[in-house]
Amino acid sequence: MTNSLSYRRAFYLVLKRDLTIALRHRDDIINPLVFFIIVVSLFPLGIGPEQSTLTRIAPGIIWVAALLATLLSLDRLFKSDHNDGSLEQMLLSPHPIFILVLAKIFAHWLITGLPLLFVAPILAVLLHLDPNSYFALMITLLLGTPVLSLLGAIGVALTVGIKKGGVLLSLLVLPLYIPVLIFATSAIDSAALELPYSGQLAIIAAMFFGALTLAPFAVSAALKVSTN
Amino acid sequence: MFEDLCFEFGPGDIVQIEGPNGVGKTSLLRILAGLSLPYEGSVKYKQQPIADCREQYNQDLVYLGHLPGVKGEMTAQENLEFNLALQGLDPGSAQQDLSKVNLLGFEDALASHLSAGQHRRIALARLWQTRAQVWILDEPFTAIDKDGVAKLERLFVEHAKQGGCVILTTHQDLSIAPALVKKISLTYRFF
Repeated sequence: MTNSLSYRRAFYLVLKRDLTIALRHRDDIINPLVFFIIVVSLFPLGIGPEQSTLTRIAPGIIWVAALLATLLSLDRLFKSDHNDGSLEQMLLSPHPIFILVLAKIFAHWLITGLPLLFVAPILAVLLHLDPNSYFALMITLLLGTPVLSLLGAIGVALTVGIKKGGVLLSLLVLPLYIPVLIFATSAIDSAALELPYSGQLAIIAAMFFGALTLAPFAVSAALKVSTN
Repeated sequence: MFEDLCFEFGPGDIVQIEGPNGVGKTSLLRILAGLSLPYEGSVKYKQQPIADCREQYNQDLVYLGHLPGVKGEMTAQENLEFNLALQGLDPGSAQQDLSKVNLLGFEDALASHLSAGQHRRIALARLWQTRAQVWILDEPFTAIDKDGVAKLERLFVEHAKQGGCVILTTHQDLSIAPALVKKISLTYRFF
């Protein structure tokens, strides 16, 4: 029995299930990605194609669009499980809830965060991002998007029981995203000026590990409250 | 919500909780399962409050609520395999269990193509496999046909004979021998 309750198996079990569902229900993957591309491409259309302006605002645009795309996709993290009763079953399983929650968040990042990393460099070309900034852009997205999924999960867990929690979710989650946004764009700007940006990266990494260790517990507690 | 509610269930009990709509049957079952917290009082399992022995209690518990917990994007078999594995059971027996609930031939059908009764059958299929002693079932017969109900009732009696405990709510009359069934009646109190 101890073997069948191993953490790793529980983690893979939920991860595999969520990825299977996402692959069969592809708009969950495609919608946030298309949203990301469209939002970013609106800016050159609105501001005009002048290169120096776009270069200046490119990091901010890409990161704000990434925040909004993540926010758009957060709802599916627990909502459908809550609506069809599988969330109750997970809460009642003998596995520790934080393992199951961590698996769900990781699946969410693989589905919505990781694709952003592949599209971002192409969009950066569109926005004339400074050539020195590409590496910084990628590494801040790599460290930062998991933080968005982790923090967002807390907000979803709190609002999952509410019928129309969409706006409330944005109000809860977006302020929590501000630190990530500030340090990520600052790192990219420093890279463009060929200044060291390891400090900003260290802070984003600290946020990542802090969120990784603490968010699953907050999410578990919030889910228990939401299903009470 | 409840007043002066005190009871104890042991091995071999089949307990039917009855009462009019809205009296709190589901709330009571959710409290027993540990999904809702009681404002006052406590639920104990083997003399321990259930919050203190969550892992042990959940291993020994099957709870089925109003919602079957079946994913439309997965097939009947995948759904059952996940449910079994989540309970720490061997998912290899899923096909065999599906035959017990007359879902043979539907293993590879996406659950979104199946009916409400078939969803419930997928959820109930794990009862044939589980080693859990405590079954808490909220309206298990909803959308189940007569044959299925009879089969489930036989399973409940079998489970009770083997030392298990079944707590259920239903508005149907059980055809289980009355001597085997304990009843708890909830009523409104008017002041």
